[in-house]
Amino acid sequence: MSSRTNISCLQEAARVAIFGGTHGNEMSGITLVNMWIQNSAEIERNGLLIKPFISNPRAVEKCSRYIATDLNRAFTPENLSAPDVEGLPYEVQRAKEINRMFGPKGSADAYDVIFDLHNTTSNMGSTLILESSTDLFNLQMVHYIKKAMAPHTCSVLLNEHPQLKYSTTRSVAKHPVGLEVGPQPQGVLRSNVFESMRTILKHALDFIEIFNSGVTFPPCTVDVFRVQERMDYPRDTNGNITAMVHPHLQDCDWEPLNRGDPMFLTFDGRTVLYEGANTVYPTFINEAAYYEKQQAFMTTGREILAANAIRKACK
Amino acid sequence: MQMDRHSHLWRNAVAMPTVSRVAVCGGTHGNELAGVYLVRERLKRRADGTEPVSVVTVMSNPRAVQLCVRYVETDLNRCFTRATLSAPVSETSPYEMIRSQELNALLGPKGSAQAVDLLCDLHNTTANTGLCLITYSDCDWICLHICKHLQREMASTPVRYVHFDIPLNEAYSLDSVGKHGFAMEIGPQPHSVVRSVIFSAMQEGVQLMMDWICQFNSGTLFEGGWVDVYTMVKNIDYPRDSETHVITAAVHPNLQDRDFCLLHPGDPMFLSFSGETLRYKGKEALYPFFINEGAYYEKGIALSLARKRRVEIPSVRSETLR
Repeated sequence: MSSRTNISCLQEAARVAIFGGTHGNEMSGITLVNMWIQNSAEIERNGLLIKPFISNPRAVEKCSRYIATDLNRAFTPENLSAPDVEGLPYEVQRAKEINRMFGPKGSADAYDVIFDLHNTTSNMGSTLILESSTDLFNLQMVHYIKKAMAPHTCSVLLNEHPQLKYSTTRSVAKHPVGLEVGPQPQGVLRSNVFESMRTILKHALDFIEIFNSGVTFPPCTVDVFRVQERMDYPRDTNGNITAMVHPHLQDCDWEPLNRGDPMFLTFDGRTVLYEGANTVYPTFINEAAYYEKQQAFMTTGREILAANAIRKACK
Repeated sequence: MQMDRHSHLWRNAVAMPTVSRVAVCGGTHGNELAGVYLVRERLKRRADGTEPVSVVTVMSNPRAVQLCVRYVETDLNRCFTRATLSAPVSETSPYEMIRSQELNALLGPKGSAQAVDLLCDLHNTTANTGLCLITYSDCDWICLHICKHLQREMASTPVRYVHFDIPLNEAYSLDSVGKHGFAMEIGPQPHSVVRSVIFSAMQEGVQLMMDWICQFNSGTLFEGGWVDVYTMVKNIDYPRDSETHVITAAVHPNLQDRDFCLLHPGDPMFLSFSGETLRYKGKEALYPFFINEGAYYEKGIALSLARKRRVEIPSVRSETLR
């Protein structure tokens, strides 16, 4: 799709959705989306269809992460093509419905962009989550957002890992973007976290509007953290955890973890050290929802991604 | 001189029954994990029976713990009023109601001579409260002395005494089942998470409580003094839309995490989603606590307000020894 001098011409981003409540106890997104459903003035942009949407209303009603199964893992090819029979878990039904409304996933009819709003108990600050290192539109957008948010830091997490990548709600769109802001307890609304997420979205929508108006965005680079490995808690034979995230690691998302650094502290006071050969950058440290997913934290590696110049394709 | 002073203190100390039987309870709310893990560790280590005082360790709400939720059908820690404990139950009664009566039989009955001498119920909160001992009495010398002991010995954790002025019959929480009792509440910790610093503080708090009890039971005299007591005055709800009842503001950034910092009339309390600062309209400066506790949204509580006063406590000693 390149034309002369390495400017990638990309399709206009005409239809954008903002999902809140993919997890029913992550309050910033739920509050923002409900607010914008009532009054959309703040999110309106020229020539753009922007749809705020509560993805898991039953979980929101219950203020729990999910009802039967995690919606944000439910968008697998098997689930999306499952026949409409009785007894399908609620979130699988919901995934099919969302795929009909905003997809179909992988097709030309899918929404251009979906922002999926999340909170975490981890000290990740403002984080943008990407699923592809070659999506130029998304790379240019996060570059724009990071610049606009400065000096407030926005980290970029890239999950392209063949085994650890999962089928997210937002993956229905051509350009999926996860917004993850923490730390915030489940079921709690903190003003500063709410306002950070609101500001990130404002910049994101500004970018799309500017892009659609025909502006060329010059080539850029984006510092990202690429997902490497999931680290579980030490557990006993019954599957119960036998140690906690070490106080030196707790809240140190995005900071280097080296061989020999403390990692876990057992309940009887013994320190477990990180034994990996290379320096890693942990994230999602002590996320409440991941105890059942066997994850104390994720390791990442730092990388710089390059993106071509982009411009809206002429009709 | 020393002997005269000591015997003077001894004669003037309040003599109280030994604290022979203690209960340590966790998982009353199944997602408040420091207490859950502490109880699990104690049960694993068979800590009961290894201490000089008779201790029973109990996982209060095992079904909620299993599901990692606050409660399954109804809040267990509101089921200990006289009325609920004596209501008839059947298999269709809420799980927590049945469980509260079981716990009352095991550790009580509440108000009777058979009840445990001290019940310590372990809790966590998303609010930045530090360590609080929460009780229904502002003149329970045992609880107040334990508080003083923790304040003296716990270097890096603020320790405070919080009092709810509710008569015993209406006292609704598990700790009201013991002859003496308190909730040991530590925050901030998100629900469904265990933070090692919080777990360690809770472990230390329980150990110091046991140490005090053992010393007390073996005849040590604890000199009186004073303790700051925070007595709950009222709760404040979030501003809500008059029709939909939906919350329209968040706790103001200036108030968030400022538990026990005096709130003056006119101080910011909430920041509305439309950017307006809503201020404290009360006439009296009060101490806020449980600021933005996640479980209290459904109870209509954004924060609680307390009055602080200094309470003099007498010297105490156990009455069995001369």
